[in-house]
Amino acid sequence: MTSTILEMRDITKTFPGVKALSNVNLSVEEGEIHAVVGENGAGKSTLMKVLSGVYPAGTYDGQIIFQGQECQFKGIHDSEHKGIVIIHQELALVPMLSIAENIFLGNEHAKYGVIDWDANEQRTGALLKKVGLKEDPKTLITNIGVGKQQLVEIAKALSKEVKLLILDEPTASLSEKDSQALLDLLLEFKKQGMTSILISHKLNEVNRVADKVTVIRDGRTIETLAKKDISEDRIITSMVGRSLDDRYPPREPKIGEVVFEVKNWSVYHPLHAERQVIKGIDINVRKGEVVGIAGLMGAGRTEFAMSLFGRSYGRRITGEVLLKGKPVDVSTVSKAVQHGIAYVTEDRKTYGLNLIDHIKHNITLANLGGVSRHSVIDDMRELAVANDYRKKTNIRASSVYQMTGNLSGGNQQKVVLSKWLFADPDVLILDEPTRGIDVGAKYEIYTIIARLASEGKSIVVISSEMPELLGITDRIYVMNEGRIVGEMPASEASQEKIMRAIVRGEGKAA
Amino acid sequence: MSTEIAPAPQGNVAEEQRPRIAVSALTTNLREYGLIIALIVIMLFFQFTTSGTLFKPVNLSNLVQQNSFIIVMALGMLLVIVSGYIDLSVGSVAGFIGALAANMMVIWQLGPLSNPLVVSIVCLIVGGLIGAAQGYWIAYHRIPSFIVTLAGMLIFRGICQALLGGGSSVGPLPDDFKMLSSGFIPDIIGPLTLVPPVVNAAGKTILGSGVTLHMTTVVLGLIAVLAYAYFGVRTRRKRERHGYEAEPFPLFIVKTLVASALALFLVYEFASYRGLPVVLLVMGVLITLFVFVTKRMTIGRRIYAMGGNAKAAQLSGINTERLTLMVFINMGVLSALGGLIIAARLGQAVPAAGLGSELDVIAAVFIGGASAMGGVGQVIGAVVGGFIMGVMNNGMSIMGVNVDWQQVVKGLVLLGAVIFDVYNKNKA
Repeated sequence: MTSTILEMRDITKTFPGVKALSNVNLSVEEGEIHAVVGENGAGKSTLMKVLSGVYPAGTYDGQIIFQGQECQFKGIHDSEHKGIVIIHQELALVPMLSIAENIFLGNEHAKYGVIDWDANEQRTGALLKKVGLKEDPKTLITNIGVGKQQLVEIAKALSKEVKLLILDEPTASLSEKDSQALLDLLLEFKKQGMTSILISHKLNEVNRVADKVTVIRDGRTIETLAKKDISEDRIITSMVGRSLDDRYPPREPKIGEVVFEVKNWSVYHPLHAERQVIKGIDINVRKGEVVGIAGLMGAGRTEFAMSLFGRSYGRRITGEVLLKGKPVDVSTVSKAVQHGIAYVTEDRKTYGLNLIDHIKHNITLANLGGVSRHSVIDDMRELAVANDYRKKTNIRASSVYQMTGNLSGGNQQKVVLSKWLFADPDVLILDEPTRGIDVGAKYEIYTIIARLASEGKSIVVISSEMPELLGITDRIYVMNEGRIVGEMPASEASQEKIMRAIVRGEGKAA
Repeated sequence: MSTEIAPAPQGNVAEEQRPRIAVSALTTNLREYGLIIALIVIMLFFQFTTSGTLFKPVNLSNLVQQNSFIIVMALGMLLVIVSGYIDLSVGSVAGFIGALAANMMVIWQLGPLSNPLVVSIVCLIVGGLIGAAQGYWIAYHRIPSFIVTLAGMLIFRGICQALLGGGSSVGPLPDDFKMLSSGFIPDIIGPLTLVPPVVNAAGKTILGSGVTLHMTTVVLGLIAVLAYAYFGVRTRRKRERHGYEAEPFPLFIVKTLVASALALFLVYEFASYRGLPVVLLVMGVLITLFVFVTKRMTIGRRIYAMGGNAKAAQLSGINTERLTLMVFINMGVLSALGGLIIAARLGQAVPAAGLGSELDVIAAVFIGGASAMGGVGQVIGAVVGGFIMGVMNNGMSIMGVNVDWQQVVKGLVLLGAVIFDVYNKNKA
């Protein structure tokens, strides 16, 4: 029974400027459920992409041995051919096609290009029975819930005669009930002898189903725990136990009275009307204070921030926003901006910048009134403003006439930041302000945040990087599944405490 | 273009960027210059192939009068396309408005309401309402503009034909109204005879002999050229006073001189015929207005931002729905004006007025360098694009090229211009 089905040896994968994986080892035995855990960005998904051939052989160092053979996958087709199937976090189903069409997409039972629908649907029926999904194979994907879609993905994997099933955060967008059903299904497959790798950071799930746990941190394997050694505390320590060698600018907080308050904020999903995304959140921020919101991906932090900012996300939004004790109307972006609230998006390319226009025009966009008289733009004033902010935030570009699409991530982030600084807000919500930018630029962003706080602005930082929150904030809210599950002064916070709040909160939510 | 400039000591940055700005000013304007040069080359080509007919004053006046409605509508279409939309209904709306105007003036006998000026104002308002009706669905219900305006194209062509009672035409329209298209501005200063005409024995002027200048046109032209040069110099001064490098001085001089010389040449041409066509004056005012709005006003900036990235614009506090609505209202008003110009030129409303002109208008905007993805495009580009289409129409007609083949050539020019653009962008 204990034969090794997969061994990954010394896997090292480098992206320009970043070592995503260094000498990672992973050994999976036949018939087990092997959990791979780690923080966001630890390298879990990269490792799975190496395994499934998304990053073809040659673009990484190390060996992959599957069923005793060394494999060099050139693409997903190669790995699927061997029976390794990966189900990604974002489902890859075509919404307007039926379940049967999706399961056999690209792999249809057909003769001379003519599809044999009966055969397809019959086989789909059998597969759906296996995964316990009671739906007509002709039902369109768009008409079934996310939980069922996940089952369709698994059925699709089964149709490919899978030997090793990899699930990347399969329960991230599932309800508690659907998650349980999915985990039961995994255990059922295990009884039938299938091997699976489960990528997750929900430790209660891992605890329940995994036979072994491999912890990855900062692109390295930390340890592999056997069933008897698995405990939440042990895993948490392994996951976050990095030395804090990142540096943060020093800061002496001068914190005043409460400026910004949100009371009982609730939001429903824009498409799935019955799904409540934000469940009655209360937070407050003081003058000169930097408040962090910690949480894992999918906790609802961005949705919370965007729904606050002119209802840019969600439906049926209820709750109150108070500025200096007075309720204010933030139902549109321009009203929110007028009240001195700014939101700097996590996704600067989609929501932050006009990439086909230059720096100058991007910086003034949120406050054109500040560079114009009677709606006529004063070109010279605009140029002066752009150059001023370019200097203040240290944007590296040939001139303010450079297209923002041609800037590096860090400099793009500084342009977005400049845009909102020029709008002169009292409350600045920064969503993942350092995502995807290099260490040097991160330090510059931290410095700007510190300076703004010392100028008396109230700042909210949403971040998935816990050391960053610990390093730059005064107080941290922990958010999970649309709720605030913890609040602590940064001085008393630690990565373990935050992780614990998340994990415990998850238990509470169940 | 490189993705990032290596961090340099602050002191050096200022010196380093100077030559860069100069180069970028040249390259960014190259498209615009290239387009104007293309127009001039095309004009010279037809001047040659039509043995000098193209530049005859009478033909230039014709050319302007024939194509003005395309250019007027292209101004609106530019904003629509920059916003990331399309409007297929403009030709039908123009036809409908022409029919409406003709009915109001000729058939319905509305008393004082049949006055051409009143009718024109009412028609422009109706055009705005049509634009609002279409824009409402596009802006607030996110129905694709292609579909909404395709429906509009069918609807308004249908109403146009119904108003004209099937296949018939309505006319003749009052002379006052026809002034809009075929009129010339009055010469309040009085003519100046440069070369006295040769009068034959019967007391008739022999055509082509003698040059008499329409002095009001000359004065207006001179004022326009001086204003152009004055504002150019003033902007330059202002930039320098604030310590910013403007475009290189020789480039500025050459640009101003060439533009002024071309303008004066055209002024001379018009002045030696019957003066400035009224419709050219209308066009000139509109072009100036739209250049100002797109380049200098906040609403123009917002339109470009919306076309470049609608989500980012929205999250910057721009009311993209209302802005979209306004863009389509503007398009509706300009379509109506285009319809009035067509009717005034023909002297009657016909069921086929403006038929297919939406394609010429859209082509003009794309030849002018606008991007089908939105966010990119210039008023001057669209105007020059419109003139390129117009000169080709006019030149090929004089040459006697079959209408069928004219379409083939126009299609090839459109395709070529856009391929040139895409190729240039990929190279950069």
